[in-house]
Amino acid sequence: MFETILAEWPRFATLANAAFLARAAATTLALSAVGVVLGSLIGVAVAVAGRTRAGWLRPVRLLARLYTELFRRVPFLVTLMLTFYLVQASGVDLPLAVVAGVTVTLIAGAYLAEIVRAGLAAVHPNQWEAAATMNFTLLQTIRLVVLPQAWPLILPPSFGFFVMFIKDTALASQIGVIELTYAARVLNNKGFSATLSFGCVLVLYFALSYPLARLGARLETRLAGPRHPRP
Amino acid sequence: MPDLVIRGLDAHYGATPVLSGLDLHVESGATVGLIGPSGSGKSTILRTILGLLPPSRGEIVLDGRRVDYAKPAEVRALRERVAVVFQQYNLFQNMTVLQNVCITPVKIRGRPRREVEDEARRLLAKVGLADKLSSYPDQLSGGQQQRVAIARALALRPEILLLDEVTAALDPELVSEVLDTIRLLAREGMTMMIVSHEMGFIREVSSRVVFMADGRKVEEGPPARIFDAPQEARTQSFVSKILRH
Ligand SMILES: Nc1ncnc2c1ncn2[C@@H]1O[C@H](COP(=O)(O)OP(=O)(O)OP(=O)(O)O)[C@@H](O)[C@H]1O
Ligand SMILES: [Mg+2]
Repeated sequence: MFETILAEWPRFATLANAAFLARAAATTLALSAVGVVLGSLIGVAVAVAGRTRAGWLRPVRLLARLYTELFRRVPFLVTLMLTFYLVQASGVDLPLAVVAGVTVTLIAGAYLAEIVRAGLAAVHPNQWEAAATMNFTLLQTIRLVVLPQAWPLILPPSFGFFVMFIKDTALASQIGVIELTYAARVLNNKGFSATLSFGCVLVLYFALSYPLARLGARLETRLAGPRHPRP
Repeated sequence: MPDLVIRGLDAHYGATPVLSGLDLHVESGATVGLIGPSGSGKSTILRTILGLLPPSRGEIVLDGRRVDYAKPAEVRALRERVAVVFQQYNLFQNMTVLQNVCITPVKIRGRPRREVEDEARRLLAKVGLADKLSSYPDQLSGGQQQRVAIARALALRPEILLLDEVTAALDPELVSEVLDTIRLLAREGMTMMIVSHEMGFIREVSSRVVFMADGRKVEEGPPARIFDAPQEARTQSFVSKILRH
């Protein structure tokens, strides 16, 4: 196996291939980043919406519940296809990468909403009550009191999800977005061995997700240590 | 000057009735002592006043105006004036002692941080915690947390102060310290409602004592009458039991 890779290597290690892989890696990275960043924002927003109490916000709470429950229960591929065909049917001419971006954001948002919801719910009710009796608004309560206590419960599963999520962006290849997995298939089809094509991509996936896992570990010790000192 | 009237108040936890037909008057400058067996609904009264548990019947009237607990603005207005020390202290676990005391005046009410911190240090010194400013609640004993909670409530400059078992977790020495603080507040004319098992203290500090059982007010009167000459059998048995030990 090692000999075949060595034999292939000079033909494989061309500038064109490197550029191709780099572009694919950038696409994977962009999809992941979009999903992680927008998904986190949506996740927090949806979780906060779920904590509102006002009667007139009831539809919003229901929608938040529905969104979280639905998108976590549907296979990623179904969400992707649904988004894809809805966009097509609506006649808007969106680039495929954008369709993929919307899909990964929807999925990540639902998962993170659930992680954040569980984290908020685990903070003792008396913390919410103390804040309420001192006229904290919901956002002030969450920002100043609850989230700082919920980080230890939110960060580990979130980063666990992010790491898993990077590889799940491979899904976008299903609608023809050239990300890492798609690139591996293209190289394989061009006649390079599967070992080399996919092995190369494996290394790239690792290179993308490892720093993220490290960042997660650092944030955990920073924000979620046993004591939560303010600098 | 604050004047709090509770009329025909019912409250439920789910389907369980906890308060029924409760009438109570806390007039300006009064110190109303609230006593009664465990589970009689003392803490629930405080929770209901603060709008943590909406009344299912009856009304709470502040300065002659009925508080509509369905209206957030009215609840907020009430909470500007009424502060509570919870039985479980409910200190913010992610904040130091000083932060616990300062957060609401600074972040919610927008008072200058310098001024608030100075006041907080004074209050904390007064309850014997000058050396604990940067400790976290989980590094403090129950009695210390309780005193932080008292300082936190006082930093809100309330017109009415609700105190729930503020001496339960204190050793005798500190009890007297905290009680001194409360005595002083009473003398300064703070309007207070005090829940306590500390009968000697209730007797001394209260202008009026309310005995309740099973979510109802059983008897109410000046401390001397409730403790020395209770009219109701229920009060008699409670008072004699508690005074005996
Ligand atoms: N969150 C809750 N959910 C359901 N029932 C509750 C809740 N909190 C209190 N209760 C019930 O309400 C009743 C009154 O409780 P409350 O805490 O007001 O009593 P209390 O007089 O303060 O007692 P203690 O002296 O032990 O503090 C009790 O029977 C209690 O079981
Ligand atoms: Mg109680």
